Amino acid sequence: MKRVALVGMPNTGKSTFFNRVTGASARVGNWPGVTVDLFASRVLLGGAMVELVDLPGIYDLDGTADDERVVQGFLANADLDLITIITAAPQIDRQLPLVLRLSALGIPAVLLLNMADEARRLGIRVDVAALERELGIPVALMSAKRGDGHAAAMALLARGVMAGDGARRADLAAAPDNEIQDRDVARIMAAAVDVPAQLPPGVTDRVDRVLLHPLLGLPLFFVMMFVVFQGVFTLGKPLQDGLTWLFELTRTQALSPALAPLPEVVRGFLLDGVWAGVSTVATFVPLVVLFFLFMALVEDTGYLSRAAFLTDALMARLGLDGRSFVMVLLGFGCNVPAAMGTRIMRSRALRLLTLLIVPFSLCSARLQVFVFLAAALFAPAQGAWVLFALYLASFAAAMLTALIFRGRYRNDEPFVLELPPYRLPTLRQVVLRAWHEVRHFLRRATRFIIAGVVLVWLLTNLPAGVAPGGPDTFAGMLGRLAEPLLAPIGIDTQLTVALIFGFVAKEILIGAFAVIFGAEGQALSTTLAAQIDTVQAISFMLFTLIYTPCLSMIATLRSESRSARFTLLSVGWSLLLAWLVSFAFYQSARALGY
Amino acid sequence: MSPLIDLLPGDDATVMAVNGDLPLRQRLAALGLRPGRPLRLIRRGALAGPLHLRLGTTDIILRRHHAHAIVVQR
Repeated sequence: MKRVALVGMPNTGKSTFFNRVTGASARVGNWPGVTVDLFASRVLLGGAMVELVDLPGIYDLDGTADDERVVQGFLANADLDLITIITAAPQIDRQLPLVLRLSALGIPAVLLLNMADEARRLGIRVDVAALERELGIPVALMSAKRGDGHAAAMALLARGVMAGDGARRADLAAAPDNEIQDRDVARIMAAAVDVPAQLPPGVTDRVDRVLLHPLLGLPLFFVMMFVVFQGVFTLGKPLQDGLTWLFELTRTQALSPALAPLPEVVRGFLLDGVWAGVSTVATFVPLVVLFFLFMALVEDTGYLSRAAFLTDALMARLGLDGRSFVMVLLGFGCNVPAAMGTRIMRSRALRLLTLLIVPFSLCSARLQVFVFLAAALFAPAQGAWVLFALYLASFAAAMLTALIFRGRYRNDEPFVLELPPYRLPTLRQVVLRAWHEVRHFLRRATRFIIAGVVLVWLLTNLPAGVAPGGPDTFAGMLGRLAEPLLAPIGIDTQLTVALIFGFVAKEILIGAFAVIFGAEGQALSTTLAAQIDTVQAISFMLFTLIYTPCLSMIATLRSESRSARFTLLSVGWSLLLAWLVSFAFYQSARALGY
Repeated sequence: MSPLIDLLPGDDATVMAVNGDLPLRQRLAALGLRPGRPLRLIRRGALAGPLHLRLGTTDIILRRHHAHAIVVQR
């Protein structure tokens, strides 16, 4: 099959064009020489099926940034029939050097000048015929977002593919000399492009004057984040609860009776292991969809890079950038989509450092547990302070982790970001993004999560015949084994079993308490209050806050980092930190006589 | 001739030299910040935050320590 690659700088609307051509059909694929996901899709071009590959945006073909290495690796290893170069028409002057380099690779090329409508508004005129003559490759103007010129662009691609005489490998060494290239750019600009001396002042300037205001900017950023947060999680919660209800209903009304003839252990395995795993995965779907609907809005409007501008002064000291901060904030709703959201950061080191700190955000699932325990063990006034302290501990754990690991995950890419003009995203763009992300989550995380839920079920229910969650289960045995380790932080065997349950998800912790302590509702609160004191309770909450948030998060860390080692590091570090913090708290509280 | 960092919001200047390491120079050049080109400082981020620059039709932000590597002529 013939193969066409889309290449261009970041912020040229390359992916918008790709999405317009391929719709929801694009698939993530593995490529030789490339360590990240690339989107590819089969499309009909000029009567033949052609594979269209969307490469990450690059500033420079020789660059050393992670994305630039990806493109170099791809071009060095894949045979191509056509290179489709996409540039932003308003910025054609500075993008021409890359166009010249890409068209000198020895592979047929075509040039698409995107955002033609914006260029026109700015008074920039491009003489397409002159540009074709100067560059020696076919050129078309279009607006990928609005669809103007789309048919002509596709016809150009089709002609390019058909005219070629077989796929070939790029000759990356065939670069024009820098000085010659500068002269060429000047000549081409003079011949084909007309840029007015004075650009008209735009709406963007006026909006920026408010949103990037030295005093108002940050408060407005927090307001904006609050709105996004509320949007995702107040809409997401009922959907999540509805799905949980639906899965529970299916279980009690259909699966339970159907599986009744099976032996109890098998039934438990299928219902509490496999089925519970499936429903765990499903409950994340609404959150992931909503999160990326809002993220696409924030990102496509151009606000995200403004957020980076506003928060960079604080973040740079932690080795992070403002976009990491956005993810940490949104992680307070749910860590899983926040971790997936780190993909907007192009530097791998920066992404990994952010992935390392997002799990410390006190998510809504953990909040449920803390609210329950605080109500059971503390007076209301005290309980509020406990919750507040836990939020502070959450921020502190994230900051400490960033400070410790910023040397290991050092981001060497220069901090230079484009601030694109404010744009209205199209509904299609936003919906496609959410769809791609949810499919990515389901594909990468489902098996891992189900396997994990099954494993925890086995631990807490086997060997056969013992009381579930009791001291004779494998989990109980583990709890006794871990006693020398966990006793110094005030966590006894029963609480250890609860923590093992908590690996699956924090939402099930309260249910696990009910199983372990054999009581429910008010009786459970009373039992807990009788069995553990307040110092133990706080130590347990600190541990619960800091150790691995849930299986879905581990699955997400694994799929986003594509590294088992990194995932182990994240899980191991959070367990260690949890223990250290709980130890420091528990021992000093006891030493002070509490 | 002065370092970029000395410009005030609203100042127009011409880039005279870009120092610093190669990745920074490459990235800046790709965004249109190269010797001979005009630029305007739009605003400076609060609390020693990044600088907001305009290069033709491209707006960029860059951290202040990068700005020390850029020499301009007002």
